[in-house]
Amino acid sequence: MTARNRSLKRLVETHGAVDAVGIEERVAKFTTRSIKKTAKLWGLNRAVTMIDLTTLEGKDTPGKIASLCQKAIAPHDHSTIPSVAAVCVYPAMVRHAKRHVEGTGIRVASVATAFPSGQTALKTRLEEVRTAVQDGADEIDMVINRGAFLSGDFASVQDEIAQVLAACGASTLKVILETSELETYDNIRAASFLAMQVLRPNDFIKTSTGKTSSNATLANNQVMLEAIRDFYLETGTPISMKPAGGIRTAKQALHFLVAVKETLGDEWLNNTRYRFGASSLLNDLLRQLEKERTGAYQAPYTFSEADGAY
Amino acid sequence: MKTSTTKPAASRPSRASRSRGPSARELIFGDLWEFDPAPETADPHIRSSYGLFINGKFSPARKGGSFPSISPGNEKKLTYLALADATDVDAAYSAASKAYEKVWSKLPGNERGKFLYRIARLLQDRAREFAVAESLDGGKPIKESRDFDVPTAAAHFFYHAGWADKLDHLAPGRQVAPYGVVGQVIPWNFPLLMLAWKIAPALAAGNCIVIKPAETTSITALKLCEVFQEAGLPPGVVNVVTGAGETGAAVMSHPLASKVAFTGSTEVGKAIMRSLAGTGKKMTMELGGKAANIVFEDAPLGQAVEGIINGIFFNQGHVCCAGSRLLVQESIADDMLTRLKLRMQSLRVGDPLDKNTDIGAINSKEQLTRISELVKSGVAEGAELYQTPCRLPSKGFYFPPSIFSKVTQSHRIAREEIFGPVLSILTFRTPEEAIEKANNTAYGLSAGVWTDKGSRILKMASQLKAGVVWANTYNKFDPSSPFGGYKESGFGREGGRQGLLDYCKLL
Amino acid sequence: MTSRLPITKTPKCYVGGAFIRSESARTYAIREGEFVANIPQCTRKDVRNAVESAAKAGPGWQKRSGYNRGQILYRLGEMLEARKAELADAVSLGSNKTGNPTKEVEATLDRILYYAGWTDKYEQLLGSVNPVAAPFFNFTVTEPTGICGVIAPDDSPLLALLSLILPIITSGNVVVALASETRPYPAILLGEILATSDLPGGTVNLLTGFRKEILPTIATHEHIRGISAVANPDERKLLHTAAADSVKRVHTLPSESPHDWLTAQSLQAIANFIEFKTVWHPIGA
Repeated sequence: MTARNRSLKRLVETHGAVDAVGIEERVAKFTTRSIKKTAKLWGLNRAVTMIDLTTLEGKDTPGKIASLCQKAIAPHDHSTIPSVAAVCVYPAMVRHAKRHVEGTGIRVASVATAFPSGQTALKTRLEEVRTAVQDGADEIDMVINRGAFLSGDFASVQDEIAQVLAACGASTLKVILETSELETYDNIRAASFLAMQVLRPNDFIKTSTGKTSSNATLANNQVMLEAIRDFYLETGTPISMKPAGGIRTAKQALHFLVAVKETLGDEWLNNTRYRFGASSLLNDLLRQLEKERTGAYQAPYTFSEADGAY
Repeated sequence: MKTSTTKPAASRPSRASRSRGPSARELIFGDLWEFDPAPETADPHIRSSYGLFINGKFSPARKGGSFPSISPGNEKKLTYLALADATDVDAAYSAASKAYEKVWSKLPGNERGKFLYRIARLLQDRAREFAVAESLDGGKPIKESRDFDVPTAAAHFFYHAGWADKLDHLAPGRQVAPYGVVGQVIPWNFPLLMLAWKIAPALAAGNCIVIKPAETTSITALKLCEVFQEAGLPPGVVNVVTGAGETGAAVMSHPLASKVAFTGSTEVGKAIMRSLAGTGKKMTMELGGKAANIVFEDAPLGQAVEGIINGIFFNQGHVCCAGSRLLVQESIADDMLTRLKLRMQSLRVGDPLDKNTDIGAINSKEQLTRISELVKSGVAEGAELYQTPCRLPSKGFYFPPSIFSKVTQSHRIAREEIFGPVLSILTFRTPEEAIEKANNTAYGLSAGVWTDKGSRILKMASQLKAGVVWANTYNKFDPSSPFGGYKESGFGREGGRQGLLDYCKLL
Repeated sequence: MTSRLPITKTPKCYVGGAFIRSESARTYAIREGEFVANIPQCTRKDVRNAVESAAKAGPGWQKRSGYNRGQILYRLGEMLEARKAELADAVSLGSNKTGNPTKEVEATLDRILYYAGWTDKYEQLLGSVNPVAAPFFNFTVTEPTGICGVIAPDDSPLLALLSLILPIITSGNVVVALASETRPYPAILLGEILATSDLPGGTVNLLTGFRKEILPTIATHEHIRGISAVANPDERKLLHTAAADSVKRVHTLPSESPHDWLTAQSLQAIANFIEFKTVWHPIGA
């Protein structure tokens, strides 16, 4: 093990372990908060503004991107409903997205670095980032090198993040840890600190690509929120957070926001500091907002871009 | 600090509108996203008055005495309870004795078990109603009575139901038999749960019962008597007499009680033991505590903070096994204090019936006075007090969650049981010192150990003079897990095989 | 006035939480003088499929707390109690009027509650903390064996079947059971009752059919780790021989001698299908 890896390992160990049973108990309490009336409306609206509306499929086309962007700009009929934070697409689709959302305030986020696996040469991954930025990506969602992490080569993990950061220029960087592959909460906490050490204020750490069987959970979200908190108290640098994948319902989104409220407080309850990587979540938020407005439960097909046809 | 009152958000002082903006490393737990009041609305079905439950029926006290019971959350009267005197207690014991002789002792174990299963299931059916009644009567947050007290009480009945026909497995090589009639007195901090802890094993072992709930919290006990009726429990098997100290003394000292069980303060426990000395009555005592919660520098700190907070603020600190002394390794003491203060920002004090309340009402004016007095002594003796600013409801008995740092062994707040939401923080340097400080008390009910090192957990557990040791967790209870104390925290166990054995005679 | 024609039930086997016919589509008739019903004549492939279902259900059933398993078994009792009369009729089929069907059903109900009460207790009696002569915390815990096969006898077709199954699932094992060949109807009803009891699908799988076709497959299937059988001498020889190939835990009762099913319940019956795991950990600073 190199000296740098040894020292990074010590750094990571200083930040301590996570008790799995304990953290799962803590997050279970978030789900018992009762959010009603004005608090519910506030939460639902805020959650809409935090969405990175996502399409990451092999079959994405400019046409698909066009309808995604239109949905992002105008999620539903009433003008009281805010627009989302960003659209999130593959690098090849960035310029199509940019065309549609330019001037609307909605940002274009691009996944890059051989998303989701990251298994190509560093040179290629960096080139992909630069191209996406040139095409207009305001934000880059990268994946860390899990192989390097799990074999103890923390230096490579960190160096690659730093190089991707440089390639981003002024664009915001989001660092995907891929929680399902890191597996343990200890690893997720360690990887969070490795990443945060080289990030700028308001860059992000992100749970997952959404492409494995297990994505964002309240527990791994909590591990990362607590790492952000501890890092902020230590250094004064505020890092932002994005859970991605697996958050499909408004109810879940509100639980995640309760976690932010009780762990990081008011300054993180906005889309500079917190995002949801999601697609069908948006319509469930709209359904709940509409139900609050009219008093009646809503059918899914009333909302544009609905999943399913029943 | 958040309060769950109905005051609108706008008129509360906004944390974010302080004249000075947040410093570089401060987290704001303000009112950007305020929770609306979320009152629990289920009907607790509390009668306007209750009689004594003797021989399967409710009946007034013979001399007609009664006393009011109020809700500590808002000081409103909930009901009137009958005041049992010595003749009432005598009638209860006669009923229990007859029921034992004629009915209960003749039932095979599996039939006794079926009654306990029914009680568990019926309580589960009415869980929500019981949870509301419990919070109204005692002051604990509805979240706790709903998610912990009521389900755990039902679990106790369910667990012990399965033992009723397996008593020959309790003591290898020996046969066991019930005592006959047992007398029990329980406290006000977990009214329904303490009732289940006492009744379920006693019945499973084949005994009949006379039990007195605490005078400030008798409602769920009496509601459970309705469940006994619905379950068809034979009359006289369980008898509930309500009243205060005198009634309790009569229950403990009655000649027909072959065994008595008491949960309450060490002071009263000693008084009972004195009064029963020489009578040959079997006793079990579950008394007070002043548990040490020991945190080493290698502990998973985020979860340790949760464990400490839960250990002292759960049920407003009205817990005999509360982690009321934090023993933190000196190297992380400042860090731990900062984290605790941060965590306290999101604790909500207020109306027990609000679903978002974390810390409810103190059980009575008397208890509130006692807590306040001890906290004053802590300040007077030079410890450093921290309480997050919060607006407490104007009616009802409330106390803000409080932590004292710079506490040492000789401070009153490190020695006396406060039984409130008050944590005393002491430091230590080495494991041996932690053990010395943890054991430096006449109490010995429980302790907590937080460390990432397994062998250290086991070493600490083996040296701590406490009947329950929680490692990397706190306040965990299960019907199968024996609970009880060392030294002046009492003797005897409740739960598990060991607890059940305490309700049997060895033949 | 014509009397109403009742809808007759098509017996199916309860496997993987669903009701199936045999994959061979064969059936055999049971008669009580007159025709009663056609019973699925299961094959070794049905056994194979049942074992797959059990394997899927195994991890989840094992992970549940004893308390949760106890509540599910109690619910099984609630559901069976409600159909007591129907079960007594099913038990009397093929009995030649011997035995007492109602007594058998009531004993079955009490048997269910007996084992429901063990789920969160046997560990304290079968496991232990061991006082080794060295500074180690040494403890022995129990674990369920895994997928277990059950071969039921023809007498007491409900009580015996459940008396064999219950102690096995109490500790978290899953079961593939073969009901009595000549008196299978109680097993058909039992499947329906299991389906409404909150027991996860695949935890107990009930097959009907011919012993000589099914028994060898259960005996030799290597993913079946334990067998509880009431069998004749030849069958017992077969079971123990085949079991040797995969070191199954096999417990048999002779079908040629009478067995008092009314009293057949014990802690030992649970202990027969658990494994002991002993763990050492240093005690030190």
